[in-house]
Amino acid sequence: MSDKLVIAGREFSSRLMVGTGKFSSAAVMKAAVEASGAEIVTVALRRVDLDAQSDNMLAALDMEKYLILANTSGARDAKEAVRLAKIARDGGLPPWVKIEVTPDPRTLLPDPVETLKAAEELVKDGFVVLPYMPADPILAKHLEEVGCATVMPLGSMIGSGMGIRTRDAIEIIIDNANVPVVVDAGLGLPSHAAEAMEMGADAVLANTALAIARDPSKIAEGFKLATIAGRLGYLSGPGAASREARASSPLTGFIR
Amino acid sequence: MTSFGVVLQQTVGADLLNLLCNRDTEKVRPIVTRARLTSADLALLLSPGAEPLLEEMAQQARRITQARFGNAVSLYAPLYISNKCSGSCPYCGFKRSQKIKRRTLSIEEVEAEGIALSRTGIQHVLLVTGDCPGKGVEFLCDAAARLKKRFPSVTVEIPPLEEDEYRALAQIGVDGVTLYQETYHKPLYNQLHRGSPKDNYLYRLDALSRAGNAGMRKLNLGVLWGLSHWREDALKLALHARFLEKNHWRSQVLLGMPRLHNVPDDFAIPHPVSDRDFVHIIVAMRIFLNDAGIVVSTREKPAFRDNLLAIGATQFSAGSKTEPGGYSAADQKSGAQFEIDDQRSPQTVEQDLARLGYDPVFKDWDRGFIS
Repeated sequence: MSDKLVIAGREFSSRLMVGTGKFSSAAVMKAAVEASGAEIVTVALRRVDLDAQSDNMLAALDMEKYLILANTSGARDAKEAVRLAKIARDGGLPPWVKIEVTPDPRTLLPDPVETLKAAEELVKDGFVVLPYMPADPILAKHLEEVGCATVMPLGSMIGSGMGIRTRDAIEIIIDNANVPVVVDAGLGLPSHAAEAMEMGADAVLANTALAIARDPSKIAEGFKLATIAGRLGYLSGPGAASREARASSPLTGFIR
Repeated sequence: MTSFGVVLQQTVGADLLNLLCNRDTEKVRPIVTRARLTSADLALLLSPGAEPLLEEMAQQARRITQARFGNAVSLYAPLYISNKCSGSCPYCGFKRSQKIKRRTLSIEEVEAEGIALSRTGIQHVLLVTGDCPGKGVEFLCDAAARLKKRFPSVTVEIPPLEEDEYRALAQIGVDGVTLYQETYHKPLYNQLHRGSPKDNYLYRLDALSRAGNAGMRKLNLGVLWGLSHWREDALKLALHARFLEKNHWRSQVLLGMPRLHNVPDDFAIPHPVSDRDFVHIIVAMRIFLNDAGIVVSTREKPAFRDNLLAIGATQFSAGSKTEPGGYSAADQKSGAQFEIDDQRSPQTVEQDLARLGYDPVFKDWDRGFIS
């Protein structure tokens, strides 16, 4: 059975996306990205020097092999996010953008209002839009309706490694979504990725967990395998996980 | 938006239909108390293998119903505008071959019916018409506009319309649409409705999506239990409800549960649904669709109906008359669509529900929200 991840009509074999920030060097990052098996790699536009041929980050990555997904990390409102996305496209990157609007530099929590505004504008402008968002089921429907290619609810705060603290909300988002759901942010361990995939997420995104591990390539491989394991668990329709029943007085005795 | 017809074709294949025939109870047991069921789980819940677990399923359905709806039961009554019908649906008391007194209410008579009905305490009225050419959407808009002065909630059960027509009704203040597919079994549907205005399966199937697009807040779907094999119809009905919940997420989705009992003399119910089967359907629907309203009409007997509240039902019709003019001019004896098995007045239903520990709710909507 083919089990491809399809985003905006494009097929991907890997359901793990990785970020490129916070690594100790471009070489370490490159090795980790390779070990992860990811096909979609996010790059913070604020870090990219589109004018320099030898930009460290982009030069390290094989542009043929990966879909480079520019993110608007650092943007504080919709206007800034839209401007960043356009600059990236003008600079030759594919018209795919991961919107990140994080006005509070302490928590880096995504701004729901500005994210929706930016998404609407960028979709109209022809971008394939993947928005990082609070785990809010209604916001997810709004983002879907304005034409986003995925929704990307957070598991917990960026870089926190706390895993999935928004489980109930993400389950509702998954149950109601007509676009792929990518659980983004807060995944600190491979088991967190497996948990998200077992819940029925279509993909996961990890960055900090890889970048700050003692052996980034090793944990990247761990994430790769965990993502596959979680997906298989979800597809298998697990039999063990069920709530316990408590008997009470009979309810069907009235049937003759 | 994708048509549900396409979704149905893609989703319900040999795999799901095989699961519907499952006889292994142990395959079903772990599903009963699980959350977030898949369509495969639903098929197993509806399979013969689930039958020994009916009590366990009822307990689970009760827990979910209590958590989502508490003890509230909302009450409504239908108002039949006309029993004229050019349809020939063999199971229906209004079909054109029935020798009954035909009548279409004038707008003044609709208003008189509204006055009589509102005196019984009913505040949610469901406007019903048959497939009768000539009484267009303008008449329905006019009727709805007059009735909403007296009723906080006006919903309609009418032949399928275009999206613009639903929008016109919504703007007048109609807040919901009831439309039963009768059966999801397409060959049977086509056979039953050949040459009738209903002879367009897909147009009917997608009507509630059009109503949702038009902003209707309540989408009420259903099948006529007894027309086809209930397991397959229940599976497709639940998937349709889930589709509407997902794509029209601002609207509340409700399931109507009409079961064929009293049919015209020349029609034999092809696949009768027993009380036990009927309970099986309701509890499976509740376990799969935690938030859907479940509507049980006066086609069911009083005690049986009351027992369904514990396991999933959330809405009752009460004091229903299924002939036009039935509330204000009962002496005229127009033909009724079906015989009523629960003859209790709204007040008796109210008292009975309170005695059983339920809160009978007459008003849970206000037209002020939309107009």
